[in-house]
Amino acid sequence: MTRTTSTMTPSQTVGPFFHYALPYDAGSRLVAGDAPGAIRLAGVVLDGDGAPVPDALVEIWHADTDGKFPEQPGIYDEPTGFRGFGRCPTDADGRYEFVTVKPAGVPTADGDAQAPHIAMTVFARGMLRQVVTRVYFDDEPAANETDPLLRQVDPDRVGTLVAARAEGGYRFDVHMQGDRETVFLDVFGR
Amino acid sequence: MTTLDPPYLHPEYRSTVLRSPGKALVMPPAGMTELTGPKFGAGDVRDTDADLTMHGNGEPIGERIIVHGRVTDSQGRPLRASLIELWQANSAGRYIHQGDQHPAPLDPNFVGAGRVLTDDDGHYRFVTVKPGPYPWRNHDNAWRPAHIHFSLFGRAFTQRLVTQMYFPGDPLFYQDPIFNAIRDEKARQRLVSAYDHSATRAEWATGYRFDIVLGGADATPMED
Repeated sequence: MTRTTSTMTPSQTVGPFFHYALPYDAGSRLVAGDAPGAIRLAGVVLDGDGAPVPDALVEIWHADTDGKFPEQPGIYDEPTGFRGFGRCPTDADGRYEFVTVKPAGVPTADGDAQAPHIAMTVFARGMLRQVVTRVYFDDEPAANETDPLLRQVDPDRVGTLVAARAEGGYRFDVHMQGDRETVFLDVFGR
Repeated sequence: MTTLDPPYLHPEYRSTVLRSPGKALVMPPAGMTELTGPKFGAGDVRDTDADLTMHGNGEPIGERIIVHGRVTDSQGRPLRASLIELWQANSAGRYIHQGDQHPAPLDPNFVGAGRVLTDDDGHYRFVTVKPGPYPWRNHDNAWRPAHIHFSLFGRAFTQRLVTQMYFPGDPLFYQDPIFNAIRDEKARQRLVSAYDHSATRAEWATGYRFDIVLGGADATPMED
């Protein structure tokens, strides 16, 4: 892949003071809380010492239950259908939580089947650029077994990409660093 | 990964030490998840969102400025109807954030947050006051150069860019580990806006130009 980076604008940290500008009330809801099939996706963001990161911003993007991405513009209002994009700041204990639906699998650009997954980005003070990962689901063992990305990852680390069933949905923790470091993706094209 | 972006681990910026991944990034097969992203429309911004001086009962204190520029992909094509979110300190270098303990005054007429959509040519423009520098505890007598935070989406979730715009000739650049974490001098200079007399409005506000180039163009479907 050719990468044209000579004119691109570099990244800088989101810093500690984004809270009055970026989070918004409806940000954690990709569907209404009482929508059919609504699930909770929640977890904590942890640093290299295993301490919670209380000033991270977690964003997600994914397809709907039919594998379609929303065309409807707008991110700030309460969702009337499925919005696809969510944004949630971590709280004092490093926790984030979204209400969404479990997506259907969407294929790669080459047409290969992929297991259902959610793209997740984490920004924080102390991160000069974001990290990107994928959230897979532990109740999709057959689809996960043949997923092109999961097959490419060191088997000892695949578990860091798989959310576990939890009350009302799934739990997915992000480990920034260390033995349990989450697999992060190079998706930037830069 | 290139030398464009700062590394995750940059010990001079102390907070990176425990928040930087230590293992190599993995490149996933490109799929629709990486090639798509949220779309924006007029419903996302009100006209007043692009004027950060209009949200109090009076004018905020400080040097009124106009900041404008174009958002394009790496091949120069405009990114249209693309959302930009902004935030900054006031002219005294104080953020309206409970975590900011800098003993400088808050300004009752300044919040310091705004939003703007790019037009059909990828152009954006907003009005604000020039932010002040502020101290932080990263190293002895540490000060951040004056800057405005930008959050951009581009066409795809993976084109997301959060960055900071600086002002020309800032004497604090040399000691700032965040600015200097960008190793490539030319890339670093692209974060410094240019004074733009053609954008300056007589007897009202000075102008600065800040163009933004997002990546991912070669992997991103074009709308036209």
